[in-house]
Amino acid sequence: MIAGVLVALLLGGVGTSFAIAWRPAIATIDPPQPQSFAPGLVKRGRVLAALGNCNDCHTVRGGRNFAGGLPVPTPFGTVYSSNITPDVETGIGRWSEAAFQRAMKLGVDREGRHLYPTFPYDHFTNVRDEDDRALYAYLMTRGPVHAPARDNELAFPLNQRIVVAGWKFLFLHPGTYRADPTKSAEWNRGAYLVEGLAHCGACHTPRNALGAERLNAIFAGGDVDHWQAYAINAQSPSPVPWDADALYAYLRDGFHPDHGTARGPMAGVVRNLSVVPADDVRAIASYMADVFGAPSAERRERGEAALAQAKSPAAAAADSAGGAIYAAACAPCHESSQAPPYGGINLVLSSAISSSDPRNLANIVLAGVRPVEGELSPIMPGFAASMNDAEVAALLVYLRSRFSKQPAWSDLDNIVAEARRTQTASLDTRTDARNASSDTAQRAKP
Amino acid sequence: MMTLKVNGRDHQIDAEPDTPLLYVLRDDLKLNAAKYGCGLGQCGSCTVIVDGKAVLSCVTPMVLLEGKQVTTLEGLGTASAPAPIQRAFMEEQAAQCGYCIAGMMMRAQALLQRNPKPIDEQIRAELAPHLCRCGTHMRILRAVHRAARLMDTAELSAVDKRSAP
Repeated sequence: MIAGVLVALLLGGVGTSFAIAWRPAIATIDPPQPQSFAPGLVKRGRVLAALGNCNDCHTVRGGRNFAGGLPVPTPFGTVYSSNITPDVETGIGRWSEAAFQRAMKLGVDREGRHLYPTFPYDHFTNVRDEDDRALYAYLMTRGPVHAPARDNELAFPLNQRIVVAGWKFLFLHPGTYRADPTKSAEWNRGAYLVEGLAHCGACHTPRNALGAERLNAIFAGGDVDHWQAYAINAQSPSPVPWDADALYAYLRDGFHPDHGTARGPMAGVVRNLSVVPADDVRAIASYMADVFGAPSAERRERGEAALAQAKSPAAAAADSAGGAIYAAACAPCHESSQAPPYGGINLVLSSAISSSDPRNLANIVLAGVRPVEGELSPIMPGFAASMNDAEVAALLVYLRSRFSKQPAWSDLDNIVAEARRTQTASLDTRTDARNASSDTAQRAKP
Repeated sequence: MMTLKVNGRDHQIDAEPDTPLLYVLRDDLKLNAAKYGCGLGQCGSCTVIVDGKAVLSCVTPMVLLEGKQVTTLEGLGTASAPAPIQRAFMEEQAAQCGYCIAGMMMRAQALLQRNPKPIDEQIRAELAPHLCRCGTHMRILRAVHRAARLMDTAELSAVDKRSAP
């Protein structure tokens, strides 16, 4: 009797979830002719694609634009990005605009299959229809690339896409984003971009055990590609508090003299933001400055003290192993007071050194900052070949104690070893090259 | 005074801890194969091998070299008895002005020591930090492949000699 009730409940449950989870296929179309899209619409789509940073996940380094195939390691397994060129067989060439819009709003592909939330539709659901239309026009007018999807590496039951329906039931909330009429148009434009297409929280908000952004810790810092995405709210580790002007310069140029350069996974973001209308970057900066909030008096004082210290650096004291390395290897540029690329910012301004997470600093010391072809980009030599792990760890201990007011880091030996493993993968050619290069292209976004 | 091991020999060096290795090699030891290019660690012409790894000597201060083994191009072979990497670069005529080539050879040597049979894209990735204005890139690629073959046969013939009665 009890068993019967249980079976009935179970069947009922399965039936209900099926009703929630099932999505129909949307009919294929003949690929639209590129000239059928208004040039203005395509152009707007190009800007929106840059704001959405689409190429960053949908392009393999050195591969064709938007052809997908980038491995994205998650705590649950590896998901590969899809081909969003208009190729009829392997891309979205036969997707109608309605199918594209449904993918953006609900995370469902044309055939009705649930997409994994590695594709950040929890943000894209906030994108307005007219912007989806422009994005569709832009993508459908790109050159089609034949590039079959790679199979995801997920264990049962996560390899069953139906599971994603449950995730969406919990974490996808379409139609919840609303403009705030009490705020300026610029603020609202920024909020719309940040919470929607630009999906800043996808990296900068920590995730829960199920891989969803934690709503009680918005912008409190997250993980991506073995880097820490800094907290971009009141918990920001930046010694000098951020304001709208600094955010604008940083996002637009990838550099601000009080904060340094945007590198690591943020490099692709600022590259895209350098080509969109300035007003959109201003809007993002304006909204984010509000998210950071006005600094407390204590915070402001600390920032001013850091700036003063940066202007008149004390001579480096070579009284420890780390200090000796700093004085010989780092200070010649970082205390030169020269503009980039001949000098770097004074490290008292470094967020990496003030952050509770030493990974970014370890990454930069080991791998340096490589110039980017065709870009005015920052440079720094990497020290992976000339410093062993003990030397890097000693340097990090020194930098932390000299340039931050924070407690010493722990577990540096393991962190440095791990950073060496992940950051020098592109130089390690002992294994098969294809594996090596895909490893460096990996993203750590859930 | 510190002891610097270069090409298997110990040298007593009187230099500040922040003196770049390149200056010591060229000015004190008169080992001029490593070249001064940009001085910023961005062109690769100063590359030498330290403990098996290719290192940019213009941004490597002396303080990091205590107890480590430095190898320069002079340590690999001579004009009369060139090492496989040098022979390969000559046979492929991979140098035009030659300024970048010493650095290229050193990084290629480090690559071949840990990966005796690199494929094209591995060589390209490895040599990416090296700039060449002349444009002999394709010859350089061929030269690295040739060096890999030369080293392979050199090892084989060494084995043959050892196993000969």
